[in-house]
Amino acid sequence: MSIFTTEIADGIARVVLDLPGEPVNKISRAVRDELDQLLTRLQGDSTVRAVILASGKPDTFIAGADIDEFTALTSRDQARELVQTGQALINRLGAIGKPVVAAIHGACLGGGLEAVLACAYRIATDDPKTKIGFPEVQLGIIPAAGGCQRLPRLIGARAALDIILQAKTLPAARAFRAGIVDELVHPAILDRVARDAAKRLADGWRPTRKRAGIAAFLLDNNALGRAVVFRTARKTVAKKTGGNYPAPVAAIRAIEHGLKHGLRAGLDMEAALFADLAVSEVSRELVGIFFASTALKKDPGVAGEAPPAHEVSRLGIVGAGFMGAGIGGTAVAHAHVDVRFRDADLPHVGNGLRAAQKILDDRRKRRRITKYEHQRLSALLTGGVDWAGFGRADLVVEAVFEDLDVKRDVFRQLEAHTRPETILASNTSTIPIGKIGEALERPERVLGMHFFSPVEKMPLLEVIVTERTAPWATVSAVAFGKRMGKTVVVVRDRPGFWVNRILAPYLGEAGRLVTEGVKIETIDAAMKHWGFPVGPIALMDEVGLDVGVKASKVLHDAFGDRFEPVGGLSKMVAEGRLGRKSGRGFYRYAGGKKQGVDESVYKIFGAPAESAKPIGDATTRLIFAMLNEAARALDEGVVRSARDGDIAAVFGIGFPPFRGGPLRLLDAIGAAEAVATLEQLTRDVGPRFTPAPVLVQMAKDNRRFHTST
Amino acid sequence: MSVSGNGRRVAVIGGCRTPFCKAGTVLKDLTAVALARHATNELVHRYELDGGVVDEMYFGQVVPSLLAPNLAREVSLLPQFPRTIPAASVNRACASANTAIVLGHDQIRLGNADVVIAGGAESLSDIPLLHSRRMSEMLVGLSKARSLGERLKLLAGFRLRDLTPVAPAIAEPSTGESMGQSAEKMAKMNGITREAQDEVALASHQRAHAGTADGRLTAEIVPIFPPGGGAPVTSDNGIRADTSLEQMARLKPVFDRKYGTVTAANSSPLTDGASAVLLMHDAKARALGYEPIVYVRSYAVAAVDPGWQLLMGPAIAVPKALERAGLTLKDMGLIEMHEAFAAQVLSNIQAFESKQWAEERLGRSEPIGEVNRDILNVMGGSIAIGHPFGATGGRLTITLANEMRRRGVQFGLISVCAQGGMGFAMVLELAA
Repeated sequence: MSIFTTEIADGIARVVLDLPGEPVNKISRAVRDELDQLLTRLQGDSTVRAVILASGKPDTFIAGADIDEFTALTSRDQARELVQTGQALINRLGAIGKPVVAAIHGACLGGGLEAVLACAYRIATDDPKTKIGFPEVQLGIIPAAGGCQRLPRLIGARAALDIILQAKTLPAARAFRAGIVDELVHPAILDRVARDAAKRLADGWRPTRKRAGIAAFLLDNNALGRAVVFRTARKTVAKKTGGNYPAPVAAIRAIEHGLKHGLRAGLDMEAALFADLAVSEVSRELVGIFFASTALKKDPGVAGEAPPAHEVSRLGIVGAGFMGAGIGGTAVAHAHVDVRFRDADLPHVGNGLRAAQKILDDRRKRRRITKYEHQRLSALLTGGVDWAGFGRADLVVEAVFEDLDVKRDVFRQLEAHTRPETILASNTSTIPIGKIGEALERPERVLGMHFFSPVEKMPLLEVIVTERTAPWATVSAVAFGKRMGKTVVVVRDRPGFWVNRILAPYLGEAGRLVTEGVKIETIDAAMKHWGFPVGPIALMDEVGLDVGVKASKVLHDAFGDRFEPVGGLSKMVAEGRLGRKSGRGFYRYAGGKKQGVDESVYKIFGAPAESAKPIGDATTRLIFAMLNEAARALDEGVVRSARDGDIAAVFGIGFPPFRGGPLRLLDAIGAAEAVATLEQLTRDVGPRFTPAPVLVQMAKDNRRFHTST
Repeated sequence: MSVSGNGRRVAVIGGCRTPFCKAGTVLKDLTAVALARHATNELVHRYELDGGVVDEMYFGQVVPSLLAPNLAREVSLLPQFPRTIPAASVNRACASANTAIVLGHDQIRLGNADVVIAGGAESLSDIPLLHSRRMSEMLVGLSKARSLGERLKLLAGFRLRDLTPVAPAIAEPSTGESMGQSAEKMAKMNGITREAQDEVALASHQRAHAGTADGRLTAEIVPIFPPGGGAPVTSDNGIRADTSLEQMARLKPVFDRKYGTVTAANSSPLTDGASAVLLMHDAKARALGYEPIVYVRSYAVAAVDPGWQLLMGPAIAVPKALERAGLTLKDMGLIEMHEAFAAQVLSNIQAFESKQWAEERLGRSEPIGEVNRDILNVMGGSIAIGHPFGATGGRLTITLANEMRRRGVQFGLISVCAQGGMGFAMVLELAA
């Protein structure tokens, strides 16, 4: 036995899980087998009166089930068998005739939480590392080792639904408030408190848990109230997922079934539903995204031996506008770095500081940070009209007006006012980084950091590298982007980079559909139905039509006809209809809220008076415009791998995660089939759909973008 | 060259301050701690300082908040610094920031520190109001009371007037005499006229206005972005470009309505603000790549009986500091004299120039020296610029040092009067 160590003292057995050779504890077959035998021994050992379950890892209790075991599943029956074994084991934790106390320090997630829920008593440390929750739904599955049964029984159906459906991970203090753990203690006394509790439980003491309030009485504790709760939950889920994600629906069913028909029936339902989900395409893609983004987190951003990253502790930002303030505020909030703004005049600096401060204020309001952290972090935001402080900066991000000459001038000045090893980044979305940096003495420290708006919410960062960017600069910018909480992909300095490159044909196609007389609502609804969080037309309004037109010009100049700008869009910009920010775009806005479609748009686009059907299928046109460009761009080496391209599309554009990303989707469709569809579109709609040469070649060679399935 | 036991010279590297604004105006929503942190934060950026090199901090504050009694420590806990910089707050009334600078100076001189940030702050918009003595006793009693009976008994003693708060007064605890009353008394005893006082005030405003207009004063000011929004504050808001002797003459005396001469116009106003100065051991400064502006040549403190002429301390401290510097008043190319009241400025000057003062108070045969008004407060003084008690000393040091460099003046003098009958003086020497 090597996974668990057991010490027995004073009639209390302390069982420590420490999975050898692994950074974290996870529930694998070996763990299950050994725990099963261990429980049998402890059950039979008359000197043992109570058991404490603890972890030997510094930062995790149990991080969850072993995902590799789960991805290896090939059939429903295997999946059902796997989960039933887990259920049986976890059931035993509450049934060896002796109380088991969970002493939780570090991450306690998924299967780990299911195990402690079966224990008689739970004590957690008040350490930031201690996190408790069920992330399963994110992977397209449900907690199926009793999680959908025991959590609602402990904290009520509403609170349990909230955690399970949203795949929440709670800090220890919130788990305590929710009633998931019985006590919250300092790590130094965790063991002592656990021993005391174990002894008292062995002596017959039973914890009394807080009685819930009136709402709980009305909604959780009777069938009628629960019916309301489940109906509401189903409605919310349907609205949020558009019917594309079966896991939350299954979770609701498992919870409801268990509360109606008892634990045993609930467990059986969990197992059956899990078996369906585990081998579904949706779950496969979601797990794929999870693995890819996990791998990306460990990726330094350059191939081969990566040089050490320069630590960024001071950040300079030139241009305290909306983007600059967003970058500064997010950097302070997540990376806790010193941020110095510079702008042309003090009122602009002041506005930027206030906007950045608001990001901290919002985090305080949502209780992500304490009053004291808020105060400390706020002092990291300063600014002025001169270059004071830029000589201290490790990284400078330029976020001024999108104009090559203006940016070049900023970079020339930066070269004079920063140390030679300071990394100089531009937040441009359209201007080639190479052009910005070409006149500088040290272009090797110049790169792009393309954040998306609003910075604090958008999870993606494109780090743009030129031929001359030094690997140390790339590695440092990537590392800092991660500290800012972003998913970072390294992108080659080609027009439009990656995200805008693949987005532009898709948005352009939406514009062309409007020109043909297709209703705007129809277009947006089709893409939402397909799985995007917002439709392409609404997205243009959000981004700003001027930004879109500018980007498409750049792409048109670089790549020619297939990026032909849509006439209606330029006319809209000329009329000052820029989207949400100007109060009028494709949609009307009142008081910051989106109203209906502005019908006058059709006239501007020269659309026929009567609404028309699209040539061919609208969804196919929109999606294939993007897929075809993604194939081309990957072939040009704009992103380093299909993995990066897919993750960037999911995190940068909201490409439906359950479809895995544009390149995974192409793999699923198959190159031959994709080429056939594109050829059909070329004939029906126009030459812009000419299949990417790489797709044609792949169809011939029967190749895929991703090597694994 | 500085007279010193071990030859360690203390350099002023630079400094900055917030705008000084009349209490209850644009800075009213910022605490003294916030003001001091802002000034220090900007000091870090302007001098591109690595927070890790700072050894200690000292700050002056006269009316501390009950919630953050050690202001200096709150400043040294700015995230730009490691959390391990010890810091102390000091109170020598209007000379508090000077005293903070001197404490830092001494630690550097003694070899206990190489880099010190010193300064001061005051928010007279944010003064602590106290419960009355009876009210506090009752509240403390209630928190200790064990039974309902005890509590009721305490509450029964409550009177409505117990709710009247107590505000800190700007009065001498030993005499009950307010600052203004003292200045009024000094004006009478020294025969200082209303006209002479108003002329000092007018010069203060005119010179401060010129210093603001030509950017010399604003160069040392760090802009403040008021938390609630509104325009950035970039200069002192008490300076009046348009004032005149006629306008000032219309004001009524405040402290003696009938025979008095001290008015709101010839006194310094209640003010919010903060200042921060970067001090370094000479050799350390050069090692870190900093160019000193001035060195501290000498300093002195002194006190007189507060019941006599409260604000005459400088006339004792200045000759002491000059003597320690091995210099005379004639050697001084610039003088920064704190203007609590024009009456005090003129009384101090009178004493400097008086043979009688020298003989009776200093035991010398010759007066301290003539004060050349052309080199006195060349960018105005506290009457125009304002006077946040704890911060003024930092302003005087920064302004004097910068102006000495601009003019190439070899020696400069700081003179400050303070509550309690105290005086402070410092001699600065231009770095070569």
